[in-house]
Amino acid sequence: MASTAETDVMIAADGVPLKTKLRRAERMRKIWALGLIAPLFIFIVGGFIIPIISLMTLSVEDPEIPDALPRTAEAFSEWDGKDYPSTESMIIFAEELAAASRGEFGRVSKRLNYEISGFKSMLKATARAADDLALLPADEILQGYIDIDKDWEDQAYWRAVKNASSPYSDYYVLWALDLKRDGESREIVSVDEGRAVYVEVLIRTIEISVAVTILCFIMGLPVAYLLATLPTAKSNLLLILVLLPFWTSLLVRTTSWLVLLQNEGLVNDLGIWIGLWNEPLELVRNRLGVYIAMTHILLPFMVLPMFSVMKSINPWHMRAAASLGAPGWKAFLKVYMPQCMPGVGAGTLLVFILSLGYYITPALVGGPDDQMVSYWIVQNMGRNANWGLGAALSLILLGITMVMFFIYNRFVGIDNLKVN
Amino acid sequence: MAIPSYATPLDRAWYYSFRIICTLIFAFLVIPILVIIPLSFNSEPYFTYPMPGFSLRWYEEFFNSPQWLLGLKNSIIVGIFATIVASILGTLAALGLHRAEFPGKAAILGVLISPIIVPIVITAAGMFYFYSRVGLTGSLAGLVFAHATIGVPFVIITVSATLAGFDNNLVRAGASLGANPVRTFFKITMPLILPGIVSGGLFAFITSWDELVIAIFLAGAEEHTLPRRMWSGIRELLSPTIMAVATLLILTSILLMVVMELLRRRTERLRGIRV
Repeated sequence: MASTAETDVMIAADGVPLKTKLRRAERMRKIWALGLIAPLFIFIVGGFIIPIISLMTLSVEDPEIPDALPRTAEAFSEWDGKDYPSTESMIIFAEELAAASRGEFGRVSKRLNYEISGFKSMLKATARAADDLALLPADEILQGYIDIDKDWEDQAYWRAVKNASSPYSDYYVLWALDLKRDGESREIVSVDEGRAVYVEVLIRTIEISVAVTILCFIMGLPVAYLLATLPTAKSNLLLILVLLPFWTSLLVRTTSWLVLLQNEGLVNDLGIWIGLWNEPLELVRNRLGVYIAMTHILLPFMVLPMFSVMKSINPWHMRAAASLGAPGWKAFLKVYMPQCMPGVGAGTLLVFILSLGYYITPALVGGPDDQMVSYWIVQNMGRNANWGLGAALSLILLGITMVMFFIYNRFVGIDNLKVN
Repeated sequence: MAIPSYATPLDRAWYYSFRIICTLIFAFLVIPILVIIPLSFNSEPYFTYPMPGFSLRWYEEFFNSPQWLLGLKNSIIVGIFATIVASILGTLAALGLHRAEFPGKAAILGVLISPIIVPIVITAAGMFYFYSRVGLTGSLAGLVFAHATIGVPFVIITVSATLAGFDNNLVRAGASLGANPVRTFFKITMPLILPGIVSGGLFAFITSWDELVIAIFLAGAEEHTLPRRMWSGIRELLSPTIMAVATLLILTSILLMVVMELLRRRTERLRGIRV
């Protein structure tokens, strides 16, 4: 030992105290570690987290009118929403409509049409006459609008312009929940029954996910139990039967079910041949098809975590329970099941979280009333080009997923997210 | 779990019905995948059994179609490059996470594996929105980056699992014998964690190989991958050529699964020797 009673410091060969050297080495380790993580961290934050966040911000943005008609947006924001807007702001509106480019006009009219359907054609007629309209004296301007389309007499249209004039709004998030702000009072109210779509879609998404999770649990439990209790050589062989679907492309499996379940498909042929039913049954392009295909695709995610927990349960516990007089079912429920709860929790939460975001499978084997929220996200971002609503639906789906994942993390732990 | 000699008739009945139930579930898992393979050799364009005859015409159609071949080529290119990017970045990060304890480690891990948590449609839409601004849509590079992003969590998970059983004293031994960190990595760490890297890489590859939703958002007609091409095909007309493609995809999956299984057994064997 190099340390002495007086100094009590160990000195390394180069004269630096060992404690300092150790601290330096530890710091170097940390810097090295962070340096190794940094490239991926930048890659994920830059290429994934930031895109997702910027997508989410679209749900609270309302940029069309502030971007295309900035002076109108400003003038209408000052109006209190009662009676009519000031004549100056009506003139500004006409001027900016006349000056707007085709693209700008298209975006504005599309946005206003969300507020009141039919606004688009009315705005088109107004824009055509906007040059002359802007030249009218202040006391005739309202009448000028009304002469173009008598609906301008209805204050609701003016308020719609005002309501779309703020660059940020909760409009799309409310829309995704079938809610809106009342034009006059700005209170949050339900949309008309005919326009309500998304609450039903959200409920359906959760309903399908719950049903698929339950089906996977019912089918996964016996399989996991069998695999866990068989000798290793046999269970390894049977495990391949679980891993094969796990490794097979989701699209391939969905296609298989499409082929199997169609009217002239194998399942119907077999059922009729055996005599179980006489007419081809509707097995696909409906909810039944979605349940069958999704259960098939997600079953391995239920079996694998349950299996890995069950494998670690000592089989003697069951025998002990039996020797104490418990019938088989009671021993299973009271002794075995409590021990495999971590696996059951991991499996059910995983299957539920995964099914929430399903798109491809319901799109192919489901009917129009079986589409989940992901389908509507794609629809709104694609065909409808309504990014605000698509982003708002994404925000809700992501929110539900994050809450479920938080629960998963508390119960199972992110580190236990095993893939094989 | 053989049936014990003292089992009552009820026990026996339950034992056999349990076996039957399990057999049916295994059939449910496997038959839908296997049934598609013979259909791809059907001489007629129907999806019913018994098949009227055997033919390779659908494979011929596949290999003579420039569109399908383009899809195959794109899938291979994107898969390989996405795997390389994901394996390198993921392995480095897993090593970093393994090397030291520091505050916020759990949060960083959460960020790094978040691509497998976020629903794929949201990922695809976010990437489309972002990539279209930086000009990465309609290019294979965009697909490579996107697929690498969703494949990287698997590399981190598998490499971290391998590192958990890794003896750090080996690195210290290497260093004490005078090897610099790079040399210790390539001579000691790398060979030992290679099975983890390879299985993570295979996961990343299959993730890219099967990925469809991102391809729907990002890929133009020139960048169509095999699943993307299949998706258009299914929505137009469910032709037997699609069954042939599906068969090829299933065979790829089986091949990768076998490689994974061999790797897993090798690791188990190595661990067995060490204990």
